[in-house]
Amino acid sequence: MNAKEQLLFNVGVVDFTMTDLGLFLDTHPKDQRALEYYRHYAQIKKQLCREFSKKFYPLTMAEADCEKAWEWAEAPLPWEGGCE
Amino acid sequence: MWQYERRLQFPVNIKEPNAKLAQIIMSQYGGPDGEMGASMRYLSQRYATPYREVAGLLTDIGTEELAHLEMVATIVHQLTRNLSMEEIVRSGFDKYYVDHTLGIWPQAAGGVPFNACEFQSKGDAITDLTEDMAAEQKARSTYDNILRLIKEPDVCEPIKFLREREIVHFQRFGEALRLTTEKLNEKNVYAFNPGFDKCENCNGQS
Repeated sequence: MNAKEQLLFNVGVVDFTMTDLGLFLDTHPKDQRALEYYRHYAQIKKQLCREFSKKFYPLTMAEADCEKAWEWAEAPLPWEGGCE
Repeated sequence: MWQYERRLQFPVNIKEPNAKLAQIIMSQYGGPDGEMGASMRYLSQRYATPYREVAGLLTDIGTEELAHLEMVATIVHQLTRNLSMEEIVRSGFDKYYVDHTLGIWPQAAGGVPFNACEFQSKGDAITDLTEDMAAEQKARSTYDNILRLIKEPDVCEPIKFLREREIVHFQRFGEALRLTTEKLNEKNVYAFNPGFDKCENCNGQS
Protein backbone atom coordinates (compact mmCIF):
# COMPACT_ATOMS: atom_id res chain seq x y z
CA MET A 1 0.00 0.00 0.00
CA ASN A 2 1.21 3.52 -0.71
CA ALA A 3 1.03 6.31 1.90
CA LYS A 4 -2.43 7.46 0.79
CA GLU A 5 -3.88 3.93 0.81
CA GLN A 6 -2.31 3.25 4.22
CA LEU A 7 -3.74 6.42 5.78
CA LEU A 8 -7.17 5.79 4.27
CA PHE A 9 -7.03 2.22 5.57
CA ASN A 10 -6.20 3.51 9.08
CA VAL A 11 -9.15 5.93 8.92
CA GLY A 12 -11.29 2.93 7.96
CA VAL A 13 -10.05 0.76 10.82
CA VAL A 14 -10.68 3.45 13.44
CA ASP A 15 -14.06 4.42 12.01
CA PHE A 16 -15.14 0.80 11.85
CA THR A 17 -14.22 0.34 15.53
CA MET A 18 -16.44 3.32 16.31
CA THR A 19 -19.29 2.00 14.16
CA ASP A 20 -19.22 -1.39 15.86
CA LEU A 21 -18.98 0.17 19.33
CA GLY A 22 -21.79 2.53 18.40
CA LEU A 23 -24.13 -0.35 17.59
CA PHE A 24 -23.29 -1.96 20.93
CA LEU A 25 -23.88 1.33 22.74
CA ASP A 26 -27.29 1.69 21.07
CA THR A 27 -28.52 -1.22 23.19
CA HIS A 28 -26.11 -0.73 26.12
CA PRO A 29 -26.10 3.07 26.47
CA LYS A 30 -24.55 3.10 29.96
CA ASP A 31 -21.65 0.71 29.41
CA GLN A 32 -18.72 2.74 30.71
CA ARG A 33 -15.96 0.68 29.11
CA ALA A 34 -17.55 0.91 25.69
CA LEU A 35 -18.06 4.65 26.14
CA GLU A 36 -14.40 5.08 27.06
CA TYR A 37 -13.23 3.11 24.03
CA TYR A 38 -15.56 5.14 21.84
CA ARG A 39 -14.22 8.46 23.10
CA HIS A 40 -10.66 7.26 22.60
CA TYR A 41 -11.20 6.23 18.96
CA ALA A 42 -13.35 9.25 18.13
CA GLN A 43 -10.39 11.45 19.00
CA ILE A 44 -8.03 9.45 16.78
CA LYS A 45 -10.47 9.44 13.90
CA LYS A 46 -10.80 13.21 13.95
CA GLN A 47 -7.02 13.59 13.71
CA LEU A 48 -6.61 11.00 10.96
CA CYS A 49 -9.47 12.47 8.90
CA ARG A 50 -8.02 15.94 9.16
CA GLU A 51 -4.57 14.63 8.20
CA PHE A 52 -5.92 12.76 5.17
CA SER A 53 -8.03 15.69 4.02
CA LYS A 54 -5.05 18.07 4.25
CA LYS A 55 -2.60 15.75 2.46
CA PHE A 56 -4.84 14.20 -0.20
CA TYR A 57 -8.54 15.15 -0.58
CA PRO A 58 -11.49 15.91 1.69
CA LEU A 59 -13.31 12.92 3.14
CA THR A 60 -16.31 14.98 4.21
CA MET A 61 -17.77 18.23 2.97
CA ALA A 62 -16.80 19.82 6.26
CA GLU A 63 -13.13 19.12 5.53
CA ALA A 64 -13.37 20.47 1.98
CA ASP A 65 -11.37 23.51 1.06
CA CYS A 66 -13.49 26.24 -0.49
CA GLU A 67 -10.80 28.84 -1.06
CA LYS A 68 -9.48 28.37 -4.58
CA ALA A 69 -11.84 25.71 -5.87
CA TRP A 70 -14.63 23.39 -4.76
CA GLU A 71 -12.26 20.54 -4.13
CA TRP A 72 -15.11 18.39 -2.84
CA ALA A 73 -16.33 17.98 -6.42
CA GLU A 74 -12.87 17.18 -7.76
CA ALA A 75 -11.96 14.48 -5.24
CA PRO A 76 -11.95 10.84 -6.34
CA LEU A 77 -15.06 8.69 -5.78
CA PRO A 78 -14.77 5.62 -3.55
CA TRP A 79 -15.70 3.13 -6.27
CA GLU A 80 -12.77 4.09 -8.49
CA GLY A 81 -9.91 1.69 -8.07
CA GLY A 82 -9.40 -1.88 -9.08
CA CYS A 83 -8.45 -2.18 -12.71
CA GLU A 84 -8.61 1.56 -13.53
CA MET B 1 -30.35 13.39 7.95
CA TRP B 2 -27.37 11.90 6.21
CA GLN B 3 -23.79 13.00 5.69
CA TYR B 4 -21.44 11.37 3.25
CA GLU B 5 -17.91 10.17 3.81
CA ARG B 6 -15.97 9.78 0.61
CA ARG B 7 -14.68 6.26 1.20
CA LEU B 8 -15.90 2.66 1.39
CA GLN B 9 -16.40 1.03 4.77
CA PHE B 10 -14.04 -1.75 3.57
CA PRO B 11 -11.71 -1.50 0.56
CA VAL B 12 -12.74 -2.93 -2.81
CA ASN B 13 -9.97 -3.31 -5.41
CA ILE B 14 -10.85 -5.79 -8.10
CA LYS B 15 -8.21 -6.06 -10.76
CA GLU B 16 -9.87 -8.55 -13.15
CA PRO B 17 -13.28 -7.77 -14.62
CA ASN B 18 -15.67 -10.74 -14.75
CA ALA B 19 -19.23 -10.24 -15.92
CA LYS B 20 -20.36 -13.68 -14.74
CA LEU B 21 -19.47 -12.90 -11.14
CA ALA B 22 -21.08 -9.46 -11.41
CA GLN B 23 -24.44 -11.03 -12.21
CA ILE B 24 -24.27 -13.13 -9.04
CA ILE B 25 -23.14 -10.29 -6.77
CA MET B 26 -26.00 -8.15 -8.14
CA SER B 27 -28.38 -10.08 -5.86
CA GLN B 28 -26.86 -8.38 -2.83
CA TYR B 29 -27.61 -5.01 -4.44
CA GLY B 30 -31.24 -5.42 -5.49
CA GLY B 31 -32.14 -8.97 -4.55
CA PRO B 32 -34.71 -10.14 -1.95
CA ASP B 33 -32.13 -10.41 0.84
CA GLY B 34 -29.74 -7.72 -0.34
CA GLU B 35 -28.47 -4.50 1.15
CA MET B 36 -31.12 -2.27 -0.45
CA GLY B 37 -33.88 -4.29 1.20
CA ALA B 38 -31.99 -4.28 4.49
CA SER B 39 -31.45 -0.52 4.57
CA MET B 40 -34.99 0.32 3.45
CA ARG B 41 -36.45 -2.13 5.96
CA TYR B 42 -34.62 -0.75 8.99
CA LEU B 43 -34.88 2.89 8.00
CA SER B 44 -38.63 2.47 7.39
CA GLN B 45 -39.34 0.55 10.60
CA ARG B 46 -37.72 3.11 12.90
CA TYR B 47 -40.58 5.65 12.76
CA ALA B 48 -43.16 3.45 14.45
CA THR B 49 -40.72 2.10 17.04
CA PRO B 50 -41.89 3.01 20.53
CA TYR B 51 -38.44 2.76 22.16
CA ARG B 52 -35.61 5.18 21.45
CA GLU B 53 -32.80 2.67 21.84
CA VAL B 54 -34.42 0.50 19.17
CA ALA B 55 -35.08 3.47 16.87
CA GLY B 56 -31.44 4.46 17.29
CA LEU B 57 -30.25 0.96 16.47
CA LEU B 58 -32.48 0.77 13.38
CA THR B 59 -31.15 4.14 12.21
CA ASP B 60 -27.52 3.13 12.74
CA ILE B 61 -27.76 -0.33 11.21
CA GLY B 62 -29.88 1.06 8.35
CA THR B 63 -27.16 3.61 7.68
CA GLU B 64 -24.45 0.96 7.75
CA GLU B 65 -26.46 -1.07 5.23
CA LEU B 66 -26.40 1.92 2.86
CA ALA B 67 -22.60 1.82 3.15
CA HIS B 68 -22.75 -1.89 2.31
CA LEU B 69 -25.01 -1.13 -0.66
CA GLU B 70 -22.28 1.15 -1.91
CA MET B 71 -19.67 -1.59 -1.49
CA VAL B 72 -21.76 -4.12 -3.43
CA ALA B 73 -22.34 -1.61 -6.24
CA THR B 74 -18.59 -0.95 -6.31
CA ILE B 75 -17.89 -4.69 -6.65
CA VAL B 76 -20.35 -4.99 -9.56
CA HIS B 77 -19.00 -1.79 -11.15
CA GLN B 78 -15.38 -2.97 -10.98
CA LEU B 79 -16.30 -6.43 -12.28
CA THR B 80 -18.01 -4.97 -15.34
CA ARG B 81 -15.39 -2.53 -16.55
CA ASN B 82 -13.42 -2.82 -19.80
CA LEU B 83 -15.60 -5.66 -21.07
CA SER B 84 -15.45 -6.65 -24.71
CA MET B 85 -18.68 -7.34 -26.59
CA GLU B 86 -17.61 -11.01 -26.84
CA GLU B 87 -17.24 -11.19 -23.07
CA ILE B 88 -20.63 -9.49 -22.58
CA VAL B 89 -22.33 -12.07 -24.82
CA ARG B 90 -20.36 -15.10 -23.58
CA SER B 91 -21.05 -14.40 -19.89
CA GLY B 92 -24.79 -13.92 -20.35
CA PHE B 93 -24.44 -10.33 -19.20
CA ASP B 94 -26.02 -9.24 -22.50
CA LYS B 95 -29.50 -9.56 -20.97
CA TYR B 96 -28.67 -6.89 -18.39
CA TYR B 97 -26.48 -4.85 -20.75
CA VAL B 98 -29.28 -4.29 -23.27
CA ASP B 99 -31.40 -2.47 -20.67
CA HIS B 100 -28.72 -0.86 -18.52
CA THR B 101 -25.39 -0.89 -20.39
CA LEU B 102 -22.92 -0.77 -17.48
CA GLY B 103 -25.26 1.19 -15.24
CA ILE B 104 -25.99 -0.21 -11.78
CA TRP B 105 -29.71 -1.09 -11.41
CA PRO B 106 -31.20 -2.94 -8.44
CA GLN B 107 -32.37 -6.40 -9.38
CA ALA B 108 -31.82 -9.96 -8.18
CA ALA B 109 -29.36 -12.24 -9.99
CA GLY B 110 -32.38 -13.92 -11.62
CA GLY B 111 -33.72 -10.61 -12.94
CA VAL B 112 -36.51 -9.80 -10.44
CA PRO B 113 -36.42 -6.04 -9.90
CA PHE B 114 -36.01 -4.76 -6.35
CA ASN B 115 -39.41 -4.04 -4.83
CA ALA B 116 -40.91 -3.21 -1.45
CA CYS B 117 -42.65 -6.61 -1.24
CA GLU B 118 -39.21 -7.94 -0.35
CA PHE B 119 -39.38 -6.36 3.09
CA GLN B 120 -41.97 -5.53 5.70
CA SER B 121 -42.44 -2.66 8.12
CA LYS B 122 -45.22 -3.96 10.31
CA GLY B 123 -45.42 -1.24 12.95
CA ASP B 124 -45.22 -3.79 15.75
CA ALA B 125 -42.02 -3.81 17.78
CA ILE B 126 -41.76 -7.58 18.29
CA THR B 127 -42.74 -8.40 14.70
CA ASP B 128 -40.35 -5.89 13.15
CA LEU B 129 -37.36 -7.00 15.23
CA THR B 130 -38.08 -10.67 14.49
CA GLU B 131 -38.26 -9.77 10.79
CA ASP B 132 -34.93 -7.99 11.13
CA MET B 133 -33.24 -11.01 12.71
CA ALA B 134 -34.54 -13.19 9.88
CA ALA B 135 -33.35 -10.64 7.34
CA GLU B 136 -29.80 -10.74 8.69
CA GLN B 137 -29.73 -14.53 8.50
CA LYS B 138 -31.10 -14.46 4.94
CA ALA B 139 -28.37 -12.04 3.98
CA ARG B 140 -25.73 -14.20 5.67
CA SER B 141 -26.99 -17.28 3.80
CA THR B 142 -26.81 -15.38 0.54
CA TYR B 143 -23.20 -14.41 1.24
CA ASP B 144 -22.47 -18.07 2.08
CA ASN B 145 -23.86 -19.04 -1.33
CA ILE B 146 -21.79 -16.35 -3.02
CA LEU B 147 -18.64 -17.67 -1.32
CA ARG B 148 -19.46 -21.16 -2.63
CA LEU B 149 -19.84 -19.79 -6.14
CA ILE B 150 -16.93 -17.35 -6.21
CA LYS B 151 -13.28 -18.05 -5.36
CA GLU B 152 -11.49 -14.95 -6.66
CA PRO B 153 -9.68 -13.41 -3.62
CA ASP B 154 -10.23 -9.77 -4.70
CA VAL B 155 -13.98 -10.39 -4.61
CA CYS B 156 -14.05 -12.73 -1.60
CA GLU B 157 -12.35 -10.27 0.80
CA PRO B 158 -15.07 -7.60 0.83
CA ILE B 159 -17.77 -10.32 0.67
CA LYS B 160 -16.39 -12.01 3.79
CA PHE B 161 -16.43 -8.65 5.59
CA LEU B 162 -20.05 -8.05 4.61
CA ARG B 163 -21.01 -11.55 5.74
CA GLU B 164 -19.44 -10.98 9.17
CA ARG B 165 -21.41 -7.75 9.60
CA GLU B 166 -24.70 -9.62 9.01
CA ILE B 167 -23.86 -11.92 11.92
CA VAL B 168 -23.11 -8.96 14.20
CA HIS B 169 -26.33 -7.19 13.18
CA PHE B 170 -28.30 -10.35 13.98
CA GLN B 171 -26.78 -10.26 17.46
CA ARG B 172 -27.69 -6.59 17.94
CA PHE B 173 -31.30 -7.08 16.81
CA GLY B 174 -31.55 -10.04 19.19
CA GLU B 175 -30.54 -7.75 22.05
CA ALA B 176 -33.04 -5.13 20.93
CA LEU B 177 -35.79 -7.77 20.93
CA ARG B 178 -34.83 -8.82 24.45
CA LEU B 179 -34.82 -5.18 25.54
CA THR B 180 -38.29 -4.74 24.02
CA THR B 181 -39.85 -7.82 25.62
CA GLU B 182 -38.42 -6.75 28.98
CA LYS B 183 -40.25 -3.45 28.72
CA LEU B 184 -43.54 -5.21 27.99
CA ASN B 185 -45.80 -7.17 30.27
CA GLU B 186 -43.80 -10.27 31.09
CA LYS B 187 -46.98 -12.29 31.57
CA ASN B 188 -48.12 -11.50 28.05
CA VAL B 189 -45.80 -9.64 25.69
CA TYR B 190 -48.56 -9.58 23.08
CA ALA B 191 -51.06 -7.85 25.37
CA PHE B 192 -50.84 -4.69 23.30
CA ASN B 193 -48.84 -3.12 20.48
CA PRO B 194 -46.72 -0.37 22.06
CA GLY B 195 -46.36 1.21 18.64
CA PHE B 196 -50.09 1.83 18.34
CA ASP B 197 -52.26 1.07 21.36
CA LYS B 198 -52.28 3.86 23.95
CA CYS B 199 -52.17 1.34 26.80
CA GLU B 200 -52.73 -2.24 27.76
CA ASN B 201 -56.38 -3.34 27.51
CA CYS B 202 -57.02 -0.53 25.03
CA ASN B 203 -56.61 -2.46 21.77
CA GLY B 204 -56.78 0.61 19.60
CA GLN B 205 -59.43 2.43 21.60
CA SER B 206 -58.17 5.70 23.04
